[in-house]
Amino acid sequence: MTHVIPVPTSLDDASFEQVLGPLAALAPEEKVLLDARHTRFASPYGLIGLLTVAQSRATKPELVPPEDHDVASYWARTGFYQHADGLFDLRGPGSRTRAGGDSQVLLEITPVVQSSDVHSVVDRIQERAQKILSKELSIDAQASIRFVMTLSEVCQNIVEHAGRGGWVAVQTYKWQKRLGRRVVQIAVADAGIGFRRSLESLPGRQPPAPGDRWDDGTALEEAVIRGVSRFRDRGRGQGLAGARNFLGKWSGKLSIRSGTARIAIVPSWDEDTPLLEDLALFPGAQVQITIPERTAASAAA
Amino acid sequence: MIHHIDLSSVLRRSVCALYSNLVTRPTGVAVRSEIEQLVADCPGRTLTVIDFTHVGLLDYSCADEVVAKLLLKCDGYFVFRGLHEAHIDAIETTLARYDLALVVEQLDGSARLVGTVGDAERLAWQMVHRWGRADAPTLAATLGTAAPEAERLLDTLSTRRLLVRLNSIYLPIGSLQ
Repeated sequence: MTHVIPVPTSLDDASFEQVLGPLAALAPEEKVLLDARHTRFASPYGLIGLLTVAQSRATKPELVPPEDHDVASYWARTGFYQHADGLFDLRGPGSRTRAGGDSQVLLEITPVVQSSDVHSVVDRIQERAQKILSKELSIDAQASIRFVMTLSEVCQNIVEHAGRGGWVAVQTYKWQKRLGRRVVQIAVADAGIGFRRSLESLPGRQPPAPGDRWDDGTALEEAVIRGVSRFRDRGRGQGLAGARNFLGKWSGKLSIRSGTARIAIVPSWDEDTPLLEDLALFPGAQVQITIPERTAASAAA
Repeated sequence: MIHHIDLSSVLRRSVCALYSNLVTRPTGVAVRSEIEQLVADCPGRTLTVIDFTHVGLLDYSCADEVVAKLLLKCDGYFVFRGLHEAHIDAIETTLARYDLALVVEQLDGSARLVGTVGDAERLAWQMVHRWGRADAPTLAATLGTAAPEAERLLDTLSTRRLLVRLNSIYLPIGSLQ
């Protein structure tokens, strides 16, 4: 029996839970069909989330791509089908749609498996990021450099902690209704061991004392808020700390989903919940970074 | 002996001929290992000028390996040159983890301290740089402090390899160039 899971019409970090919920209830070897025929919008987080979901299934899932030509064309432009080809059984004509239209894709979906991939990501995005971030988001050259540093660090987390490869993608949008400004979004995800298991592998780490809380939520708090790493080296754990520092200066938002929890560093323009727990299980880690356009008002604030 | 190390050349030689960015920890380890070898090949008291001029991006992981761990593991004196604002940002963040500091040569040739340094130490360091050399009694008279306190400040800076001590005289490390 194949379980059909509809992909939301608008697939982003919040609605992705509608995919994860039913999936988490199924054993990895059960047959699954993800039905994206009616999907009209997908963020980089949503697209690479689908790839990591497929990666974590023991039986190759099926995927029906969007019917709408423009949407399918956008998915092609992000490189989604190229990576989905080996992970999904792609059904229907949508996956053969050719890329087209204007692109606000700063970085197509790019696999990150080893350190050389991080170099490649940085090299590819540097020039484009500087042009687009300064032109469309009024982010100055020095901040663009910090943006790429942040991207480099979150990609390295996959190489150093996930235990298997993941993906990264970067896109700019106009968030007219929500913010009235443009934003740039980085999405990074892997189907690896996740934050809790990574921290549990710290050599010599003592098991939690009876009554002490230790779960995916506390693991995320330790890594993101307190900069704890699975390595004893004092120099470790700077990547996420540096990213938080940069995002603080630019009113950016960071959210990390791992295991059954999700933590967010929430700027004043957003109303997200800082820590969500008891979510459907996602085995690896999903990171989303959102940086809004710099306006005179936001700079003054 | 004075070394000049162009980091981008070391990066291309030790990691990949196509790279111009100092990113990822393995890259940082490879670059630092080569610098350590170059420094170890020179006997005696050495000053090494680490030149970032042709380095594009420096991320936190690489700053930790190439700068902080170099200072922790390698003997000798270091001056860092050709740093832009984002390089300094990454370096300051990583130095703070170990309470380290270093000397940066700025575009106009002047020097500044970057990292964790107390106010009194910073002032003493600036005095020595302004004068070109100093001893504890001179510094004490200028700061209006006791000579042992001035000597303690100078010794701390010397121990941290931010000044060079020659008997009772303290010199800016840039003056070795």
